[in-house]
Amino acid sequence: MSGPEASSPPDGRQGWQASEPLARGVAVEPALRAARSSGRKLLVPYVTGGLGARWVEVLQAVVDAGADAVEVGLPFSDPVMDGPTIQEASLRALEGGATPPSILDALAAVEVPVPVVAMTYYNLVLRAGHRRFAKMLVDGGVRGAIVPDLPLEELGDWSPAADAGGVETVLLAAPVTPDDRLAELCARSHGFVYGVNLMGVTGERTSLAASAQVLAKRLKSATDKPVVMGFGISTPEQAVAAASHADGVVVASALMRLVLDGASPAQVGDAVGAFRAALDRG
Amino acid sequence: MTPSGDAPVRMGEPSADGRFGSFGGRFLPESLVPACQELEAAFRAAWAPDSAFRTRYRALLADYAGRPTPLTDCERLSEELGVRVLLKREDLTHTGSHKINNVIGQGLLTLEMGKSRLVAETGAGQHGVASATAAALFGLECVVYMGEVDTERQELNVFRMKLLGAEVRPVTSGSRTLKDAVNEALRDWVASVETTHYCLGSVMGPHPYPWMVRELQRILGDEAREQCRALLGGADPDVVVACVGGGSNAAGTFAGFVDTQARLVGVEAAGGSAIGRGIPGVLHGMRSYLLQDEWGQILEAHSISAGLDYPGIGPEHSYLADAGRATYEVAGDEEVLAALQLLARTEGIIPALEPAHALAWLVRAARDGTVAAGSTVMLTLSGRGDKDAEQVMAALR
Repeated sequence: MSGPEASSPPDGRQGWQASEPLARGVAVEPALRAARSSGRKLLVPYVTGGLGARWVEVLQAVVDAGADAVEVGLPFSDPVMDGPTIQEASLRALEGGATPPSILDALAAVEVPVPVVAMTYYNLVLRAGHRRFAKMLVDGGVRGAIVPDLPLEELGDWSPAADAGGVETVLLAAPVTPDDRLAELCARSHGFVYGVNLMGVTGERTSLAASAQVLAKRLKSATDKPVVMGFGISTPEQAVAAASHADGVVVASALMRLVLDGASPAQVGDAVGAFRAALDRG
Repeated sequence: MTPSGDAPVRMGEPSADGRFGSFGGRFLPESLVPACQELEAAFRAAWAPDSAFRTRYRALLADYAGRPTPLTDCERLSEELGVRVLLKREDLTHTGSHKINNVIGQGLLTLEMGKSRLVAETGAGQHGVASATAAALFGLECVVYMGEVDTERQELNVFRMKLLGAEVRPVTSGSRTLKDAVNEALRDWVASVETTHYCLGSVMGPHPYPWMVRELQRILGDEAREQCRALLGGADPDVVVACVGGGSNAAGTFAGFVDTQARLVGVEAAGGSAIGRGIPGVLHGMRSYLLQDEWGQILEAHSISAGLDYPGIGPEHSYLADAGRATYEVAGDEEVLAALQLLARTEGIIPALEPAHALAWLVRAARDGTVAAGSTVMLTLSGRGDKDAEQVMAALR
């Protein structure tokens, strides 16, 4: 039951911005399609919003180190899809007083030349109100959203608000997602399709799960949208392997572990640079 | 009492998307959606009228768990309060609480689905003990997640679970209580779903759990209704009351009385009152009333009772509250301790702290006239107080 996929502007962010002059930020899917067309693998680092006084500098450093898009976590008190590293990062950010407005205001104050995608849990969306939350994101220059506890069946309230507000909702596909569901999920995902490498929560792993490449191949044969794989990618070597059958990777816990351990923005940028270099070597 | 002008509220099947009114649903990561779909199909097939599953479930509850439990007419307490109090004695089941009704059902379902491992969360330890018991009975591996705060205040239950062959994993994240134990159980489940069933202990979580657990608990409400009619010459009680954390004993109780004229009352801990102080939100796979701040961060609940230390409530209770079919009251730690002692002294029954909340409300309501003198009240005594003896001793000192 493969649905028709929305056509996207072929020419990346410039064309998109020209057609929607009022929206802030960089639209996700056109930019990722353009980067993919240039022949490179996509690198999407994750940064927990509000984690430490210098989190915006961390964000700028990872972007400067070669990110094609950046994921910003809006921390939630009960992140059930996250392992110990992102849990700790979220908790610390919340203890530091982070709120959706404080994070989005900080983002609004900087120019980020690549798409910014918010990663959060549904209760934050619901509490703010669907339309208001979409507007808050776009005002902060955020044009994509990942809400892992909103599966296909529960998208009904959020999707129309997101679409109307100019927010691309990225859906997650799991190794256990059956084929028919995978097709629907690809059709309804915007920005990119997020392939979950393994059955489990986020967090560093010593090796890449065998399920990663199987899912990547299934997704690539199901959709023309950018396919980005995440969960458990801890080293540049794992990133290369994960990206080999997909369009790119998300790297999250490995970077936040550095921040939690006291790394400077430049050091986090260097780590992202190593992922970039490995992906470019292939 | 029915909600003004509307059709009578029934506690039937939720809608296809798992809703009771606007509450419930299945707000879960994609990785867990197929498992919930599988569980829903397995339970629907198992729960067909006159199924082999129902026969086996009922036989085990009779021969293993000791059902039916009695309904006790409390003469001395009634005299003290001026209302007639009937207690549904779930404290007399095997393992000492109503939780056994649910785990016998879910244990059997685990076998039907061909899975070999249970994970469970527990607050007071009653559901953990019940899960460990079912796992031993059915030959399943069992891991119980329990907040570190609760492993300390319920040390005896931790030991009981270990004796029964379960592994108890203390949870050190977040508030280190029931809410965080649910988080950890979900994190385990997402990584182990192929072999593992999540044996959720209350009428909460994603569809089909709120419906399934209520159905597995309705046996206590159905029994109580028949017993009341036998005792009261065919009449129903005026008031039916049960304590509410997630709300499983209350849901099972209310299911037996929802179509009578009885006033239904759920009693939450004052420090964990989701209906009284909460706002609709989404946590642990369900939309329901939740304690949360202005940005949607979940607040910690506080209660002397580990079993009621939960910032949310089962979605069907949110629905019953909004529909006006049930009301939700609160009881504070101090009056709970007093009620516990009152029951011990007047009836020779030491209740668990959880149902002592229902009793504390009743004591107050009988004294201030909220429940009229001469009324008949059916109260579900969901568990026995042995597990709390040490904590009560410390609190009364």
